[in-house]
Amino acid sequence: MSESTVNLTIDGRAVRAVPGTNLIEAARLAGIEIPHFCYHPQLPIAGNCRMCLVEVGLPKLGADRKPELDSQGQPLINFAPKLTIACNATVSAGMVVLTRTPKVIKARRGVMEFLLINHPLDCPICDQAGECRLQELAVDYGQGCSRFVEEKEHKPKRTPLGPKIMLDDERCILCSRCIRFMREVAGQDCLGFTHRGSRSTLICYPGQEPATNYDLNIVDICPVGALTSTDFRFRQRVWFLKETPSICPHCATGCNTVVWSREGVVYRQTPRDNPAVNQCWMCDLGRLNYKFINDPNRLTTPLIGGQPANWLAAIAHVAQRLNAIRATGGQIAGVGAARATTEELFLFGKLFQGLESKLLDSVPRSGASDKLLLNSDRNPNMRGAQLAGVAANPPGHRLAAIADGIASGAIKALLVLGEDVTSAGIGPDLLAKLELLVTIDILPSAMTQAAHVVLPGASFAEKGGTFINAKGRMQQLNPAVASPGQARPEWQILSELLAAVSSRALRDGQPRAANAWKKPAPDFPNLGKVFAAMAAEAPALADLTLESVGAQGVQIKE
Amino acid sequence: MLRPKLTFLDRLYLPQILAGMWTTLKHIPRRRFTRQYPEEKFKLLGKYRGAPVLVRNQAGQVKCVSCQLCEFVCPPKAIRLFPGQRDQAAPVEAKIEKEPQDFVIDMTRCIYCGMCEEVCPEQAIFLKKDFAIAGYKRTELQFHKDKLLELGGVHEDPICKWKNK
Ligand code: SF4
Ligand code: SF4
Ligand code: FES
Repeated sequence: MSESTVNLTIDGRAVRAVPGTNLIEAARLAGIEIPHFCYHPQLPIAGNCRMCLVEVGLPKLGADRKPELDSQGQPLINFAPKLTIACNATVSAGMVVLTRTPKVIKARRGVMEFLLINHPLDCPICDQAGECRLQELAVDYGQGCSRFVEEKEHKPKRTPLGPKIMLDDERCILCSRCIRFMREVAGQDCLGFTHRGSRSTLICYPGQEPATNYDLNIVDICPVGALTSTDFRFRQRVWFLKETPSICPHCATGCNTVVWSREGVVYRQTPRDNPAVNQCWMCDLGRLNYKFINDPNRLTTPLIGGQPANWLAAIAHVAQRLNAIRATGGQIAGVGAARATTEELFLFGKLFQGLESKLLDSVPRSGASDKLLLNSDRNPNMRGAQLAGVAANPPGHRLAAIADGIASGAIKALLVLGEDVTSAGIGPDLLAKLELLVTIDILPSAMTQAAHVVLPGASFAEKGGTFINAKGRMQQLNPAVASPGQARPEWQILSELLAAVSSRALRDGQPRAANAWKKPAPDFPNLGKVFAAMAAEAPALADLTLESVGAQGVQIKE
Repeated sequence: MLRPKLTFLDRLYLPQILAGMWTTLKHIPRRRFTRQYPEEKFKLLGKYRGAPVLVRNQAGQVKCVSCQLCEFVCPPKAIRLFPGQRDQAAPVEAKIEKEPQDFVIDMTRCIYCGMCEEVCPEQAIFLKKDFAIAGYKRTELQFHKDKLLELGGVHEDPICKWKNK
């Protein structure tokens, strides 16, 4: 036994745990579930739901403070006369925990019965149905029918807690998770209980409402449907939704998320556990930043001069024009958003390597930050953009040179990946001077208005790829929904463009009919290949593969 | 294969025709089984499962609360529901917060299995006796909420469970 762990037995299984571990976590190590409502690993213990009751015994000590042994040489165990709450009991040496004895089962059934006394059985209209702990544990540990014939306690319903949250007090089981979260994590002590006994009611302090950037986390941690998000309320039942692990693209923290979608429509985002990044929280700004995915104005077809074109023609046109401009000595510049994935930015950089241009940068974007998660850098992948050689260091300091180049007429072509440069010092007047402006984007903007060629890309929920967060952790996106129309992931567009620019047929820059050109096989037919090429070039990514990034991400070498 | 050789009588056809006539005549005095559909409708038994429709309760409220269980259970995915918030100003049971904005049953897909009726926790959807569902276009066979409610009519609800929730 090492110094820093203790041995105990839970339901006959030997468990080794660090002192200070509570019994719920220790049981989890042994693969045993202790049902609970109020306990939450990231919050202080409250111990008020009483669902986690277990039998706990300690070795009987003799007068010499040594465990007394029975006739078989096994230590004698003294069981506590009453049941103990597992969430607030910590492990100790030789402890014996029983979670499935008749006494425990009876206690759980009693707790469930009490919890359900005043709980409205309105699961058909409750948004939590399908992910409700009360529903689940009532099935697993409850008694299946109610003996309660009296009138249920009636409490306020549909109380708005600020614009983001709706409170239904009748459904509240008084676990106080939300109170503890707002007080301890979000830092705004604004919720509390009033009244007593079965009349206890969750309220928001008069004159206050949850007003932090983390309020919606209380909707996630509420085990029942008492707190629901006004954004998601009544929009879709959770059992229809597909869960795709993803990364929040709102800031450089890169909170791990789950994107919930059905039939191509994204309905919500929720945080996903990652102790190295966001524990199990995410900020509301990031959480609600998904509506653009299903924006009806999304770009769906490639446009050449404002006219819809097919992909083959658009790629050939861009490649041919770029080569023509280069042949006449014009310079080509690029701006790649640090909101694109590392793979895309790598291909973007490669394209400019091929065009022998170093006029590349990303636009810095910043906003308010806070102590918890929100980073002031609002680009989710600035580290990736620098690693790919697109962003300058500090980011954006080559933008002025690009603007000057366009103003002086030296730069004749500008390629923009997912960025609106009109707000970064390259205004519409400058853009009008360009011979070729190509923009790859997902929504119409001043850029797509001005561009000669518009190529529709994919949002973060529609493609794979990686982001590198502010702390240098590389994390992975996954496609949750399909892109609208003909839009496709930027890495595919760029890999085809890369192949087209160097294809022999288009290298001379002579105008050609789209069908006179045969599409060359791209060097990067899949993301794995892009990643491999990137890892071969960047020492920070040595030995990494796309698979090894995994669900929790990896720290890249500095 | 060789054709059978026909006798003179066979080639006359008359005996065969007379035999056929005799069979027909035999049936004339017997009991008639044929029904003159569509003028004469079938008598349907109590458990007959026709097209699924939505009902209102005696107070005229839409009973469906858009829980989407029927949408989930429907084997051919004939049901499509668009949940919405119930108009809180309307004098209805204030606790029923949800009501479908639209409810579409695609009668070209429905297999009249009755799963939706069985799963519904609100007794809001029933397979009534309509079986002759026809239309000129597929879209005509996509019954929306209004049409479903019109077909369904009123269903007396003896319990009114939401009153005591
Ligand atoms: S009867 Fe069966 S097939 Fe028809 S709508 Fe109901 S569940 Fe679907
Ligand atoms: S199961 Fe009943 S209440 Fe639920 S959506 Fe279907 S018809 Fe409405
Ligand atoms: S989880 Fe232990 S008392 Fe609630």
